[in-house]
Amino acid sequence: MTDSRDFTASRRGFLGLAAGAGALALAGQGGPARAQVRTSAHIVILGAGAAGTALANRLAERLDGARITIVDGRAEHWYQPGFTLIAAGLQPANYSVSTTDEWLPDGVTLKPEYAAEIDPEAKTVGLAGGERLDYDYLIVAPGITMDWDAIEGFSLDMVGENGIGAVYAGPDYAAKTWAAMDRFTEEGGEAVFFRPATEMKCAGAPLKYTFLTDDYARRKGTRGATNITYAAQSDSLFGVPIVNEKVEMLYDDRGVERRYDHVLKALDPGRKVLTFDTPTGEEEIPFDFTNIIPPMRAPEVVRQSGLSWADRWVDQGWVEVDQHTLRHRRYPEVFAAGDVAGVPKGKTAASVKWQVPVVEEQLVAQIAGDTTDAAYNGYTSCPLITRVGRAMLIEFDYKNHLVPSFPGVIAPLEELWISWLMKEVALKATYNAMLRGKA
Amino acid sequence: MEELSFETLIAVFEEVFGTFLFWSLVVVAAVITIGYIYVLIRDRAVSWRKFLLAQLSMPVGAVAAIYFVFWVTKSGFADMGGPIDIIVLLGVGLAGAIGAAILVYTVQSMIAPPEQES
Repeated sequence: MTDSRDFTASRRGFLGLAAGAGALALAGQGGPARAQVRTSAHIVILGAGAAGTALANRLAERLDGARITIVDGRAEHWYQPGFTLIAAGLQPANYSVSTTDEWLPDGVTLKPEYAAEIDPEAKTVGLAGGERLDYDYLIVAPGITMDWDAIEGFSLDMVGENGIGAVYAGPDYAAKTWAAMDRFTEEGGEAVFFRPATEMKCAGAPLKYTFLTDDYARRKGTRGATNITYAAQSDSLFGVPIVNEKVEMLYDDRGVERRYDHVLKALDPGRKVLTFDTPTGEEEIPFDFTNIIPPMRAPEVVRQSGLSWADRWVDQGWVEVDQHTLRHRRYPEVFAAGDVAGVPKGKTAASVKWQVPVVEEQLVAQIAGDTTDAAYNGYTSCPLITRVGRAMLIEFDYKNHLVPSFPGVIAPLEELWISWLMKEVALKATYNAMLRGKA
Repeated sequence: MEELSFETLIAVFEEVFGTFLFWSLVVVAAVITIGYIYVLIRDRAVSWRKFLLAQLSMPVGAVAAIYFVFWVTKSGFADMGGPIDIIVLLGVGLAGAIGAAILVYTVQSMIAPPEQES
């Protein structure tokens, strides 16, 4: 009977917590759809990741008679916010893996192959298998390409050995990274972390992983034998000044050394040395453990399409959209959402959650011959884990203003247990609800 | 913060405990709640003797609930970082205490209905 008592107690205890978590989850804008709009338009969505899948569900619900085709060659759907937890030994690799198919609604056609060509003038998308799709509206959401080849001397088959990690490469690589970090923190040595100079997914993730490595070294009693260095790509650790100050304070507290204006150029797995480009020339830093994060760019098919910004992020190719409506600035029937969108902030799932309703409203209004005020304000969120059991729930917008969901209750710049709970237990459920268009 | 659907809340719980454990907990909780209502209706009175013992179980329930939450969330007392954390923790403890009291009261009433009391 003891067990059942525990369970009863806990079920009740969690109600308040989960209510809070659920509320956070839904901090975004509205659920799906009020009145349906009739149309015979053909909508093509490139990419069945977070943004593409959520939009497929929302548009299928919102539009009556529309033909919706979603294009993605990957059979697996990855819950990417879980990668950090996998790489910290807190979840198994399959925690982040589901299938692309299972999230898609009836009536949406999945083309299980990659797009090879986009012609926004002719309004067509060519698929890798040779098929050509004509579209009335196009949503570009194929995500991001990791440019692993840009790092000299590195290849993905090195991950998990010789202290080399690569959390971003996928669930299995995140698990291999954990194996490497686990071994490293048994003995200590030199840990070196950094981020690329390009835009990147979740700019907080490299910082989190630094904190987590520090935490494990402390728990295992090897922190005294461990040096941890964070090499920032610019003159700050984080793009939001007030958050940057806080992370600087915490890194001081944790004894994390910093370098600035360091961009990784090469890795020598034999000598265990990382080579960085710096304003004063190349600099080598030896490592016993590192997390390789490569430059990130829009997928090749997007960069070749003429949809990218011509004068911004020219080496990266993000789609040229209005930062508030997410509509293409030159092709009004084209939208972009998620990582590929050329907006100054927000390559996170939290951003997707706020972008998706905006794209939905803008597109539906356009189909109905109407306009809408729906606008994306740059919201993004980063539950910045500072150790196992604590995080800071950081939310901000285009203006670098903090926009806390629970002002006065959950302080954004405090290391809190409740923020950890949100990341650890509530986020995936929220994400799944978002995929189904329910949040 | 515009909408909080019941469906999302269920999804959060399933994520926290795992689908099987969560629904098992729901069934256990429902059975105990029904049992509690049953004995109240059957006896048409609260037995203060049983209530006293039930009260004694409350600290146990509170502690058990807190440790259960720490276990599923891989954290502990050292992770309490601010007032909201303490408030949530006290809420967990309170709910555990009430749950334990209801459980103990119901079990007593089931085992020893009023006519069997001296």
